Amino acid sequence: MTAAPDGGRRRRKRRGERTVVPDAEFTSYYGKPILNTPEWKPLDIGGYFFLGGLAGAGSLLAAGARLTGRPATARAMKVSSTVAIAASTAALIHDLGRPARFVNMLRVIKPTSPMSTGSWLLAAYGPLTGAAAVCDVAGVLPRAGDAATVGAALLGPAVATYTAVLAADTAVPAWHEGYRELPFVFAGSASAAAAGTALLAGPVRENRPTRYAALFGAGLEAVARRRMESRLGMIAEAYRTGLAGRLMRSAEVLTAAGALGGALLGGRGRPLAALSGAALVAGSACTRLGVFHAGKATMADPKYSVVPQRERLRARREAAAAVDQGRGSGPPAA
Amino acid sequence: MTHSHDAPGPARTATTPDTATATERVGFFTDTSVCIGCKACEVACKEWNAIPEDGMELTGMSYDNTQGLGASTWRHVAFIEQSKPLVERAEQQHQAEGEQEGADVFALAAQGSGSSELRWLMSSDVCKHCTHAACLDVCPTGSLFRTEFGTVVVQEDICNGCGYCVPACPYGVIEQRPHDGRAFKCTLCYDRLGEGQTPACAKACPTESIQFGPLEELRERAAARVEQLHRAGVPDARLYGHDPDDGVGGDGAFFLLLDEPEVYGLPPDPVVTTRDLPAMWKRAGAAALTLLGGLAAVFAAGEAIGGPSGPNGRRHLR
Ligand code: SF4
Ligand code: SF4
Repeated sequence: MTAAPDGGRRRRKRRGERTVVPDAEFTSYYGKPILNTPEWKPLDIGGYFFLGGLAGAGSLLAAGARLTGRPATARAMKVSSTVAIAASTAALIHDLGRPARFVNMLRVIKPTSPMSTGSWLLAAYGPLTGAAAVCDVAGVLPRAGDAATVGAALLGPAVATYTAVLAADTAVPAWHEGYRELPFVFAGSASAAAAGTALLAGPVRENRPTRYAALFGAGLEAVARRRMESRLGMIAEAYRTGLAGRLMRSAEVLTAAGALGGALLGGRGRPLAALSGAALVAGSACTRLGVFHAGKATMADPKYSVVPQRERLRARREAAAAVDQGRGSGPPAA
Repeated sequence: MTHSHDAPGPARTATTPDTATATERVGFFTDTSVCIGCKACEVACKEWNAIPEDGMELTGMSYDNTQGLGASTWRHVAFIEQSKPLVERAEQQHQAEGEQEGADVFALAAQGSGSSELRWLMSSDVCKHCTHAACLDVCPTGSLFRTEFGTVVVQEDICNGCGYCVPACPYGVIEQRPHDGRAFKCTLCYDRLGEGQTPACAKACPTESIQFGPLEELRERAAARVEQLHRAGVPDARLYGHDPDDGVGGDGAFFLLLDEPEVYGLPPDPVVTTRDLPAMWKRAGAAALTLLGGLAAVFAAGEAIGGPSGPNGRRHLR
């Protein structure tokens, strides 16, 4: 790449009357996307993220409640995790172009594919959480049920966070460039969703840890999101504008309201606890849908690929030039 | 964007060509400086591979009505209209004419070449058959595989339509076919290679803009061609995707371009996403432990501060 770096910018305006290019200074091919967009339906994939989080963090709450003598909450969370993981699998199958070929997901074990790793993880986690719920509800095999509860709780955190890797392991700028913080956003959001469900379904007398879990989740998500957006630079725009921006703002308000409401008022009666819980669950769903749509926005607009990559090239070139100078070989010819 | 882009190391996966190649690695060198935009490659590809029709739309943006690569477009000829001289000596004359920002290209064209240097860039785009191919790395079913020729091919009967390869490709090449869901892309005419034949597009190209052959040989030929163009006063000529040290370990199908890659709709610095996969798992592991620790602490705090607040009493395992 030897041409003057601003050549492209200069030319952009001349390219033809119908060119639709956003304001940022960059060049593109008639504003056409660089990346292709998969035929992923927002509710299926956003739902898959959300339900995985709800299930995974829910298994942790179930085990915690079981171990600290909160049987009603424990049972509710075992059931909700089972329902959530079943629904998330249904969402995935629904989204496949060829549902009949779902079995091909388990055709190979491929460490380089988070979708393969994740499918195997779910294949182990699903039966465990299902067994935990069935044993509890049916009142059979208490020992096996407890073992399954603990097993599901150990896999739960992975179930809740692997979806962040699933999203980040793509060329999608809003997801890939956020790979450091996205798992923490997902972990926080998962904790908030599970705590919300526990507030909705568990009795008030058992809900103290649940209310703390809501605070923890909301705080973790808020901090991680802030960090992610500051690191993303211009890509953060995708999380702040359009549909994704509206969803992310709603998520913020709902999650904060649910967590604070739960912490302060959730011990004072069912209606308040349930209301806070519902806000938390809705907030988590908004976060996941927001992340999905932010990714979509960065697939559709070439600027999110071109501008950061240009910046990267420039930085690399400058670093190389600095090294050259350090060696005393003089500045490179312009 | 602070990660180590300075030295894009290869994504160490089990699927890079060196481990799977039995025969010599082959590829395409597309020399866009001789492309005349005839689209013979697009047609030959569609015909040979029996690719379905995917819209007969007039874009109005240029002579390019194909728009981009996709499930049913495996060769795409980009068509760019610029007010920019091709050869250096025209550059000074052009500058003397002053700024031409926002010029109406049709008006310029009407004036003829005496007063303006309108140029057309044409380039036949295709799957890059990356050395480190993200599509192949992320495919959960093993449908995408590395052939004995070092190319990347999808197996229709194994693909389950998950669509994961689509956003993984940093070039926007592979795509799901609507109403089918499965992913399709250029196979570098795998069937023809097996018979010792040249891929259909290269065979059809009347100007030898698309050159097919062993990758090493193509790289040498390309370096010589750039050199030649520079000497002829075309300083903008540059190779794209030829460098084995780039973010995807070099492309099996690489290009000679006459402008920045993004002008042609190509990413200026593509990186195989799986290069960062170990770091991603590390972060996810840390997040999972944070979740585990956080929720354990929450129960510990619940016990310490109040215990179960109702009559059901304290911890007792049934
Ligand atoms: S260009 Fe895209 S589709 Fe082609 S091999 Fe590379 S990653 Fe795969
Ligand atoms: S859509 Fe098909 S080829 Fe692409 S990743 Fe999924 S299974 Fe593999």
